[in-house]
Amino acid sequence: MNPEQGIVLDYALKGGDFDTAGEASSKIKRILQQIGVRSDVIRRIAISSYEAEMNVIIHAYSGVLKASIYPDRTELVVEDEGPGIADIDLAMQEGYSTAPDHIREMGFGAGMGLPNMARCSDEFSINSVAGEGTKIKILIRHS
Amino acid sequence: MSEYFHSVRLTPERCKGCVNCIKRCPTEAIRIRGGKARITEARCIDCGECIRRCVNRAKTAVTDSLGDLKNYEYNVALPAPSLYSQFSADVPANVVLCGLMQLGFDEVFEVALGAEIVSDATVEYLKRPEAKKPAISSACPAVVRLVQVKFPELIDNLIPLEAPVEVAARLVRGIRCRELGIAPEAIGVWFITPCPAKMTAVKQPLGAEKSSVTGAIGISQIYGDLLKAVAAVPRDANCQRATARGVGWALSGGETAAATAANSLVVDEIHNVSEVLEQVALGKIKVDFIEALACSGGCIGGPLMVENRFVAEHRMQQRLARMRAEDEAHGAAPAKYHSDSSLTEYDRTIEPRPIMRLDEDIFRAMYKVEQMEKTLKKLPGLDCGSCGSPNCKALAEDIVQGEAVETDCIFKLRERVRDLAQEMVGLAAKLPPSLEEREES
Repeated sequence: MNPEQGIVLDYALKGGDFDTAGEASSKIKRILQQIGVRSDVIRRIAISSYEAEMNVIIHAYSGVLKASIYPDRTELVVEDEGPGIADIDLAMQEGYSTAPDHIREMGFGAGMGLPNMARCSDEFSINSVAGEGTKIKILIRHS
Repeated sequence: MSEYFHSVRLTPERCKGCVNCIKRCPTEAIRIRGGKARITEARCIDCGECIRRCVNRAKTAVTDSLGDLKNYEYNVALPAPSLYSQFSADVPANVVLCGLMQLGFDEVFEVALGAEIVSDATVEYLKRPEAKKPAISSACPAVVRLVQVKFPELIDNLIPLEAPVEVAARLVRGIRCRELGIAPEAIGVWFITPCPAKMTAVKQPLGAEKSSVTGAIGISQIYGDLLKAVAAVPRDANCQRATARGVGWALSGGETAAATAANSLVVDEIHNVSEVLEQVALGKIKVDFIEALACSGGCIGGPLMVENRFVAEHRMQQRLARMRAEDEAHGAAPAKYHSDSSLTEYDRTIEPRPIMRLDEDIFRAMYKVEQMEKTLKKLPGLDCGSCGSPNCKALAEDIVQGEAVETDCIFKLRERVRDLAQEMVGLAAKLPPSLEEREES
């Protein structure tokens, strides 16, 4: 393995597909455990990737979750085709959600997704175009 | 990995090398090698799932026996609350306890009393501002071990209180040492246990430096003798002290009820527990208290029980209903030991025992992950277990760790044989130039 190349994992996500929801993040988590990343760091990565994965499933039509794992850090990139976020500052506020009622009834869409991701990551960036889609980049250092 | 004591053992003569146990082990701790099941000790959490699954009765739990009582001056039996579920609700609890006395014990002290004390301590713990939520009960030793090996990030969520059996043992040992004036070593304190995890907890304590329990005797092991003894006990005998609150711990949900934990979640059966803990690790479960038990239905479903788990549950429900009525009539006597917090405090911290990492060196571990993913793609994905590993993923892991080879997979082996056979046919058709008939040129 070339350390600068890292391990790259790609997962295709489909909007509304709750049957497989969470599978991508649990695979990422398992691999991080096998590599031996510290458990509190794994927890932050797992929460971020799970929230990102769920966001695509709840809000978007389709998307890709890409995890690049290096010895010293993990980078997550989630890119979706979907409605996009009209007001990012508003979406970053805890408790703000645009999830419809039937999603909230399932216990999702509490408006904690983006704030959780931001809190768990060392670097966080989000780009969104209304009507087109959203791209989130997360970096979490292993030490 | 002999640093861990495990109670779950294999009787090799009985093991046929089938795949029942390897497929159900929640930590993938078992492999079939040389036609026999082999437990990787570092991964085993003593949940007893393999004992339950083994159709050939090759998996057993090592427990102590009544014969060991003779090494002590004074012997105390600590019956688990679940013991009562092995008897009809018409047999009063005190008759069961007096029956136990006849097996050679000088005294019977109910673990349910320890459970009452732990319930009170839990109520207090949940009020503490520093208590990490959700607080996970540490009463079930198999669950604590599951957290150690699979969810090290949740260790701080475990409630740092001793299990009821340990509390009961500390209490009775202390009292008898003072009253009888004999050395602590001369007192044998024996847990009458529904499960191997408790046995392991005695031999290798999770929290306390040294367990106050001398040994553990499986309920199934003494059941026959106890049945006979119970039949001979007069019905007016009395050595029972615990109330329904403590005895209720035998059932899933009993601990939560006793600790009056309002915002709580109850989960039983080890695979279910694993799934719930996965969700807790993701921060998805917003509750104050989690009661997690390795056995289906709680301790009444323990692998060392005799009765069917549903029958046992029914009997226990009936018994508890009667006990609650009696407790109310007599004004349930509050246990009088509660003020002493040293009874329930953990003496040391619980260490993580992660089992997943492939290599101490992160670069080598990453290389192994890559190799493993490649290998996994080549395997058939049938998870048949014939290779001796529980599934294709585990085989891929065993291969990168040098503990297995690709042709351990019978489908890969068959592929190789077929390729070789084709090559042989091809070779057989070939002739050396000296024999080969060539067209005249």
